[in-house]
Amino acid sequence: MFDKLQNSRNALGLIFMMPAAILLVLFLTYPLGLGVWLGFTDAKVGRAGEWVGFENYVFLATDSVTQLALFNTLFYTTIASVLKFFLGLWLALLLNRNLRLKSFFRAVILLPYIVPTALSAIAFWWLFDAQFSVISWVLVKMGIIDTYIDFLGSPWNARFSVIAANVWRGVPFVAITLLAGLQTISPSYYEASAIDGATPWQQFRYVTLPLLTPIIAVVMTFSVLFTFTDFQLIYVITRGGPLNATHLMATLSFQRAISGGALGEGAAISIAMVPFLLAAIMFSYFGLQRRVWQQGGGDK
Amino acid sequence: MSEINRRKFLANSAGVAAAATVGAGSAIWAPFVQAQPLSFKPEKGAKLRVLRWSRFVQGDIDAYMINVKKFTEKTGIEVRVDNEGWEDVRPKAAVAANTGAGPDIILSTNDDANLYPEKLLDVTDLATYLGKKYGGWYPACEAYLRPDGKKWIGIGLGAAGAMLVYRQSMVKAAGFDTFPKDTTNFLKLLKALKEKNTPSGFALGNATGDGLWTNWLIWSHGGKLVDANNKVVIDSPETIQALEYAKEMYATFVPGTLSWLDPNNNKAFLDSQISLTNNGISIYYATKTSADQKVKDLKEDIFHAQYPIGPVGVPTESHLFFNQMIMKYTKYPNAAKEFLRFMMEQEQFDPWLTAAGGYIAPPLAEYAKSAIWTSDPKHTPYRDCVKNLRPAGYAGKLGYASAGAAADFIVVNMVAEAASGSKTPKEAAERAQKRAERYYKV
Repeated sequence: MFDKLQNSRNALGLIFMMPAAILLVLFLTYPLGLGVWLGFTDAKVGRAGEWVGFENYVFLATDSVTQLALFNTLFYTTIASVLKFFLGLWLALLLNRNLRLKSFFRAVILLPYIVPTALSAIAFWWLFDAQFSVISWVLVKMGIIDTYIDFLGSPWNARFSVIAANVWRGVPFVAITLLAGLQTISPSYYEASAIDGATPWQQFRYVTLPLLTPIIAVVMTFSVLFTFTDFQLIYVITRGGPLNATHLMATLSFQRAISGGALGEGAAISIAMVPFLLAAIMFSYFGLQRRVWQQGGGDK
Repeated sequence: MSEINRRKFLANSAGVAAAATVGAGSAIWAPFVQAQPLSFKPEKGAKLRVLRWSRFVQGDIDAYMINVKKFTEKTGIEVRVDNEGWEDVRPKAAVAANTGAGPDIILSTNDDANLYPEKLLDVTDLATYLGKKYGGWYPACEAYLRPDGKKWIGIGLGAAGAMLVYRQSMVKAAGFDTFPKDTTNFLKLLKALKEKNTPSGFALGNATGDGLWTNWLIWSHGGKLVDANNKVVIDSPETIQALEYAKEMYATFVPGTLSWLDPNNNKAFLDSQISLTNNGISIYYATKTSADQKVKDLKEDIFHAQYPIGPVGVPTESHLFFNQMIMKYTKYPNAAKEFLRFMMEQEQFDPWLTAAGGYIAPPLAEYAKSAIWTSDPKHTPYRDCVKNLRPAGYAGKLGYASAGAAADFIVVNMVAEAASGSKTPKEAAERAQKRAERYYKV
């Protein structure tokens, strides 16, 4: 029996797959399924709910705070991701050159990513403080402005302030990953293109970018996912204020579900994020990945 | 806390007012109604687990643990005390209540007991005993913990008061020798402070504790979230009037209050950037314990005042209320009751109150006589916080709806929208009405 099992590819495959499958089912599929289920109930914290169908979603669609949170989330994700991409790419290209102290810079660049988010969020909270902002202080001392900037007190200022914090934190991830991608590009391409008389821009446009696209697709998918589901930065810096101008779907979901006890509604807000996240993944998968294969002529 | 409750309270505890005026010369702790001694016989081999909110001031937990140790020495019952941030106690307590496993006793906040009243042990005997012995429970305790007017589902512990904290020199410089007692003069003071370039500041961000002043604002003008039947009535002329008042207040604030969370006003006040704010006694406490000379120097100039009375003519204060719940699933109900009785008796409660440095206002009238309230006159305004307290779900019944509406910052957001001019008072009130109706839909 044991021998038979040992020789059966299918049985062995199944056995070897089990640990991973159990982990995935237990910690990913089950919570996600539970979240979906909760979204269709009126569960409260600690109290099982009853099936209410789409009521939570119907309400959320008309709830002005949720609408605002959706707008904020899309705005936050779009602007922050675009900035992170360009800054990250720029940084990666710089670091890819033969700089002095190259390894030192590469290590330092990772710092914002290493610091726990809650800590860096507190630092930003001080930087953006209405009374104690060092940014405002410096500008006032330099005579550029008269009064302190109300970074977090007006809706648009607050949105851009938290985006700045998110970009600061997210750039290293993009930069280091793209740098890794850049280093896989064989120098012979650059030599060949240089012999053909390509300008640096042409080298970037026709050599670097196409070969980097698969990495860009992956890194930007992750970046978009992280940004869309951001929680800690907002929770520490603004708690969603002022006037809910920086509430993201994730922070609103927490506020409604845990602080407010409306677990069903909070779950519905979380689940409402899934289609957007799926769309981002689909876009990267079909839009970016396939094009590369097509360009390389390797699409099966 | 309906009118009936208030009358009933006065009837139940006739003489509260008289007791409060008893001079210092009288025997302070003579129980003013002879209560039958009460004690519960703990079950054999009883052990207790207590979950409580983490201390706001160190003195609180130190004195609490001394009392716990005394209890263990006296009864042999082992007591384990776990601490959690007060906002984290709520979900944990709810899960414990509904799964039927967890701590035997939970010290929680606001309307937590009203979320699962049927999961809590009936403590009517203990509450009645304590009420009789210590001068009667304040009405807010009844509103929170005796929702049907008969059965007690928990024992009040007190409230962390939020009062007006001000710099006397600045208020005097603005032309006010005494702190205004009504909203009209209060607004005049705010305007004068602004003119003197020593503005006030009140949090208008999503601040769970320091945003409570917005409840006072609405109630003082006669507005309320819901009526006694839990019908949402926030969109009312009284609310609009309060929001117009808020606009005038906001114009006098230091810039940036829309972004303020709980710590901001403390920082700004201790840095002398504002002359007046709403806060617990913690700012004053900080001047006593700080190592920074600049902060220490503020001690003499800091004074506290009660919230001014608005057009409604009665105090309308909003504070963080603390309760003590015994979970019905506990295997040791008698031990748990005995523990709470022990902790609430004067020999333990008064030293604890004193160690908390005025941070916690007592729920029982007799404890208003504790020396902590007079040893430093600056403590006195915090003494009556439970007495003047209205639950955040005023004037309706408490439960999931009131808890949810408060956690969603409906009133704070409404005031912030109207005050900052991002919406007209009418628009802000309409929006709050719609948001609140969702919570009170059942």
